[in-house]
Amino acid sequence: MAARMRTLCWGGFGLLLIIAPLLFRSSLAHTVLSQMGIAIIACLSYNLLFGQGGMLSFGHAMFTGLGAYATIHALNAVGAGSLPIPVSLLPLVGGMVGLLSAALMGWLPTKTAGTTFAMITLGLGELVWAASLMFPGVFGGEAGIPGNRVTGARPFGISFGPQIQLYYLIAAYVLACTALLYLFTRTPLGRMLNAVRDNPERAAFVGYNPQVVRYIAFVVAGFFAGVAGGLAALNFEIVTTEVLSMERSGAYLLFVFLGGSAVFFGPVLGGVLMVLAFVWLSALSQAWLLYLGLLFIWMVMAAPGGLAGVLVQNMRAWTQGQWPRLKWSYLWLVLTVPPALAGVATLIEMLYHLQLNAEFDPVLTFARMPLDTSHAATWLGVSGFAVVALGLLAMAWRRFAAQWLQAQADMRLRSGDSL
Amino acid sequence: MEFFLISLLNGVSFGLLLFMLSSGLTLILSMLGVLNFAHASFYMLGAYLGYTLSNRFGFWAALVFAPLLVGALGALFERFCLRRVHKLGHVPELLVTFGLAYLIHEVVQLLWGRGAVDYRVPAGLDGALFNLYGMYFPAYRGFMMLVAVLMLLVIWLGLTRTRVGLVVQAALTHPHMVEALGHNVPRIFMWVFGGGAALAGLAGVIGGNAFVTEPGMAASVGSIIFVVIVVGGLGSLAGAFWASLLIGVLQTFAVAVDNSLLGLAQSLGLQLSAQTWGYAVWQLKLSQIAPILPYVLMVVMLAFRPAGLLGVRK
Repeated sequence: MAARMRTLCWGGFGLLLIIAPLLFRSSLAHTVLSQMGIAIIACLSYNLLFGQGGMLSFGHAMFTGLGAYATIHALNAVGAGSLPIPVSLLPLVGGMVGLLSAALMGWLPTKTAGTTFAMITLGLGELVWAASLMFPGVFGGEAGIPGNRVTGARPFGISFGPQIQLYYLIAAYVLACTALLYLFTRTPLGRMLNAVRDNPERAAFVGYNPQVVRYIAFVVAGFFAGVAGGLAALNFEIVTTEVLSMERSGAYLLFVFLGGSAVFFGPVLGGVLMVLAFVWLSALSQAWLLYLGLLFIWMVMAAPGGLAGVLVQNMRAWTQGQWPRLKWSYLWLVLTVPPALAGVATLIEMLYHLQLNAEFDPVLTFARMPLDTSHAATWLGVSGFAVVALGLLAMAWRRFAAQWLQAQADMRLRSGDSL
Repeated sequence: MEFFLISLLNGVSFGLLLFMLSSGLTLILSMLGVLNFAHASFYMLGAYLGYTLSNRFGFWAALVFAPLLVGALGALFERFCLRRVHKLGHVPELLVTFGLAYLIHEVVQLLWGRGAVDYRVPAGLDGALFNLYGMYFPAYRGFMMLVAVLMLLVIWLGLTRTRVGLVVQAALTHPHMVEALGHNVPRIFMWVFGGGAALAGLAGVIGGNAFVTEPGMAASVGSIIFVVIVVGGLGSLAGAFWASLLIGVLQTFAVAVDNSLLGLAQSLGLQLSAQTWGYAVWQLKLSQIAPILPYVLMVVMLAFRPAGLLGVRK
């Protein structure tokens, strides 16, 4: 059963990768899908540290960024005719550089996990980023280093000029990297990594040095991050110092957490969410970072398992027949969440409008509704609506939380799990 | 000589400002086990509130009330967000403060705009404190040092000489025992978090006009104070003090020095040109390397003395 389920999941994932560009046919969609693939590899490699190893890294952009720089320089060398490597293998160059830099920098931070690890990786990330600004010859400064991916040999006429060809290259890398990272979690080393995450002392007593285990995972994650960076270099055909920045590292953490770090496929969702947020949400609203921050804080407090955790828990509740008693609470949530979200979002949008464009036109058109931000009545009305909607949501949430806890307790009783 | 003295004074004043931030951070870390990622955001909030309040009510009122406001916000955050994730462990606690840093960054941009605000040194403190061989030392820098030293004294006396301070110290090492004696430890944690935030806010009020008050100020100082507490030794207040001074002085000197290895080599009679291997490294001026010096110091420290300056080896 489990084996069939697994085949089904992997088959579905592969199929999705193949048919996605056929379903969404515009060139914008192909660019977005390519970025999603890259983000998926980066997030999965991040989660090898965060979810599998308990290492909260604030410097993961070091490896994606250095991988991207290595690839763009290799690409330019191919273009100059001094490097006889097909373009499709160039991300591996990025991977090797990611691996080497992780091997160089990994020993100091991996001594501990948790907060100390977070601080040291933050410092290392800042070090690499600040150093990149000092060497414009290698890192291109603000302008960055451009490249041209249509170069070198063209096996079977594949030049990677059209986005769709590059997409399938990325999809192949996504499938390979996902499979390899999944297999890594099934090896004794991967299991040891989980043991070190949960209880380093006991792992040490069994005879494994936690630092060595963490270090190996760090280096492996560096390789896959470098591959992701290399693919990004091919995709955008330019690499700027922004790829090494702290914001990038923070984004990996944020979206891996939102996707769900405890489940293997969580970061896949995280990568998809990341690109959706950067491309779609940022175009939709100026306040997107605020929404993201609020969502993140709420998620940490209410659903620390992320989106994947929520899905898995609900599937379990479904298979164990807990849904009939949860359905009314769910109905209440479905009824109260949209108005609460709408109320809060309207308030936030009005605030942003007041700050950014009020001089030109005080009227904000939000969801086809004209709202005059210069009138007190608008503010009173919208805040009143938001407060009432939030109150209803709070009531529905309390009811849901109580029943959910009850359902969880029942399921634990049934499975005979004492904890 | 005068360059040396003035730079030293500037470095010490910057170091003391760093200490106002890192002291709160390290206290919160050793007490609650929380690496407060939003600590520098409280610093930024202090600067912006200081700007607004000093426009409305004058600088001295801002100096008192902005830190109190920031402290209250910090305490509220501890009570309603941090305490709820406490049972989940230290990583979710760090994550929640990371989310808060994101939020504060956005809210500051929303309320005060995306550019720098014109937060000025008050007229009474504008000008030179004294004149040293033709170089001026600004009066405001002297004032910053005074505030920082006063604050240091208050914390030190408060922690060692008062009853509340003793309870806080005890809660640091033996929270269960303190709870058994009838003290409300979660509330103590809330006060410590709020107090740390207020200190950061105070640093913001006096640092915001000495430097620049802009939305990027939290990020620029945030990673430096992490470096400070790592270099000083995690959980050690005295270590944080010396590390703050060290990094403050180091950076101030480095920014002011325009020499490079190239110049050194030439004065030794070596001829280097653009064809020499690693020319990009040779020609870097010390002032260009200044931004990475704290991080280099951190790496060197971790490699040779992982416990930090005054940290306890575990």
